[in-house]
Amino acid sequence: MGEMEELRKEMENLKDQITAARKTFQDSTLQEAAAGVTVVGRVQLKTRKTLRGHLAKIYAMHWGTDSTLCVSASQDGKLIVWDTITTNKVNAIPLKSSWVMTCAYAPSGNLVACGGLDNMCSIYNLKGKDGNVKVMRELAAHTGYLSCCRFLSDTEIITSSGDCTCVLWDIETGTQKTVFAGHQGDAMSLGVSPDFKYFISGACDFTAKLWDIREAECRQTFGGHESDINAIGFFPNGNAVITGSDDATCKLYDLRADQELLTYQDSSIMCGVTSLASSKSGRLLLAGHDDFNVNIWDMLKAERVGVLAGHDNRVSCIGVSSDGMACCTGSWDSFLKIWN
Amino acid sequence: MTIRRARPDRLQHFRPRMHCLKKLEAVVVEMQSGVKGSEQKLNVTTIPHVITGKDVIAWITNKMKSTTEESEAFGTMLVAYGYIYPLQNHRKLVMCNDSSLYRFQTPYFWPTQKWVAEDSDYAIYLAKRNIRKKGLLEPYEQAHYNHLHEWLNHKWDFIVMQATEQYKAGKERRKPDRVVFDCQERAYWIVNKPPRRTHSAMDSGLELLIDPNSDEKIPFDTYRRMNLFYQQAIMSSKVKSSVSLGALNKYVATYKNHDPFLAPCLPSNPWLTDNDSYWTLNMRQVEVPTKMRVERWSFSLFELLRDLRGRDDFKVFLKKEFSGENLAFWEAAEELKWGTASSMTSKAETIFKTFLVPGAPRWINIDGRTMGLTVKGLDHPHRYVLEAAQTHVFLLMKKDTFFRYLKSPVYKEIQKKALNPEAHNFSPAQLEHNAQNRSPGIHPLILWQQAEAEKAKAAAASVPVDVKALMSKLDRIK
Repeated sequence: MGEMEELRKEMENLKDQITAARKTFQDSTLQEAAAGVTVVGRVQLKTRKTLRGHLAKIYAMHWGTDSTLCVSASQDGKLIVWDTITTNKVNAIPLKSSWVMTCAYAPSGNLVACGGLDNMCSIYNLKGKDGNVKVMRELAAHTGYLSCCRFLSDTEIITSSGDCTCVLWDIETGTQKTVFAGHQGDAMSLGVSPDFKYFISGACDFTAKLWDIREAECRQTFGGHESDINAIGFFPNGNAVITGSDDATCKLYDLRADQELLTYQDSSIMCGVTSLASSKSGRLLLAGHDDFNVNIWDMLKAERVGVLAGHDNRVSCIGVSSDGMACCTGSWDSFLKIWN
Repeated sequence: MTIRRARPDRLQHFRPRMHCLKKLEAVVVEMQSGVKGSEQKLNVTTIPHVITGKDVIAWITNKMKSTTEESEAFGTMLVAYGYIYPLQNHRKLVMCNDSSLYRFQTPYFWPTQKWVAEDSDYAIYLAKRNIRKKGLLEPYEQAHYNHLHEWLNHKWDFIVMQATEQYKAGKERRKPDRVVFDCQERAYWIVNKPPRRTHSAMDSGLELLIDPNSDEKIPFDTYRRMNLFYQQAIMSSKVKSSVSLGALNKYVATYKNHDPFLAPCLPSNPWLTDNDSYWTLNMRQVEVPTKMRVERWSFSLFELLRDLRGRDDFKVFLKKEFSGENLAFWEAAEELKWGTASSMTSKAETIFKTFLVPGAPRWINIDGRTMGLTVKGLDHPHRYVLEAAQTHVFLLMKKDTFFRYLKSPVYKEIQKKALNPEAHNFSPAQLEHNAQNRSPGIHPLILWQQAEAEKAKAAAASVPVDVKALMSKLDRIK
């Protein structure tokens, strides 16, 4: 297999060239650039509301685009839409399969989606004619569990799956429009850019990939993590990507400079990151960990500025509302907490 | 519906926590030489190498320079994973910051030893305890025992034989050694088979499908594709990191006062005071926006267009300048991009007639090449057929019109008119009152109906005015 060996050598060579090229573009570190920025000081957020109602582990939650509605999915087979300010349940949707791993709220507020070990993404219409919430579509074509899904609009949705691919679906016809293949491990999470032109996916092959939705190809790949990437998100200006991994670190990658800018780690944090969210200005990064806490980082200075402790089990999902006012954490102890 | 679950191989079970466990092991090894142990009496027997919770937590605080609470949490994590086990209250896996007694678990029973606690091993353990003294098992253990007896019935003779052997071997040890080994084994099983309704640190959730530890053969084709990708990656244009860092810095600084986590919001944060004024003042349809909102419009064209109230204001300005067709085209293109597939052909036609045909009522001024491409694409309209034209128009607005808008009297006027609400200053009694009288807010269905009504109005208004028909109507009225 002389050819295989040649190809492999060429690949290693190219990878080295890329690393070298990245180094030449690295003419400054964030520490230097942010040296003049004032320190944020200790950030203390308190629990304002606790949303009780789920009976089993909560695996995912997502805020709606208005300020107070959010949807959460739990392994008791229920998808609950909460009005967070009054803690009322607006909808409690029973699911066909209770092994749900993700949920999403459409930007229009009309639809919610969920999926999990049934390999399907089920779309529910919240604004049905007679007020009942019914399944609108079941998108089935994945050969692995659904790890994350995000709406682009009422007609398109992107899903990531354990079969290492991400797929763009057309909801009206229920078919796959584009398959984004390239990861070598289970794709665990995805995030959509603020202008809806790109999306990023993090996988168990320790890399994150940036995909162009329209051109259907992978634009950039970011490596550097030492373990599975569990959570991923865009920086609010859409030019940088934040990833959280099982190796207990979060990394900030820049899309235009095509490299890692900063790593958020601390020797006293040993538990993997399960979920992350950034505050509206991008100054604070909230990361949920296996050790039941959420750590708050100052993104520019890479220092820990706070801890949210209040859950009795792993923090599985975290989200900041669209106006940036509150952050919601969901945990395996079946409670959602709103912090402010 | 088939649910496909991967067979957990030995390594997969610990995979999610491998990293964490390796680091913990390093800490435990250090701790073993750092924390002093002593001999303690426990139920008549003297047990060597016993440590107190106080000492462990003091050592952790010293090593990691953390607060006492964090050290306590870290200590509890070590107990929950089974590296340290309590002697007195063996069922409660918590590290207490007092003189409660603990011992280091023997490395044989550490979680990273890469073997999963098997059912048959557990059955042997329970059988052994049963032999020693009937009725010693806890209710949950008894339930497990009965279940395993049924499940492993075919192996039961083997299991009982093993249990008897181990029991006999145990009797031959010296009493202190036997007690120590019993404690270790008991601790190991409490961690791996916890009683019901307690959560176990070993809970790892759902298993992965692909095992990256396996050396899978990457096919020839994949190599070629990867190499192509890397070649393209080298040639792609990159920006110096100082530029990106500057941009990040600038963004964070610009939005600093608009981040509710960092700066207070006026009049008051609804989460803190249970008063909805902030949301009512910032609603979509409000006549007079707040100062902060108006400031956000000046940050970028993207922000201005994203906020529908801002878009309205921009439209007012454009009407004065008689250049509203760019924004109208941009909005129409957005509708095409996100609309239903069935409406696409009709929308494409309307857009063509209104904006692109030479001599159209709202003709947009884009360069010849883009125009040619777009018109050709409209023969077979799809979601992104207007992408090139839309980007061109957006850039036009961004580089030229947007800045003129910021300097215009329209913007200055709205800046003056904008509200700067007084900060609320609620007394504790008033806060109580607020919490009890919280309004349920406007039901989302009503908001949605309002939005639909507005869309219908906008659609009706944007139909190009047929001048001839209007003139003839006026003539007829006369």
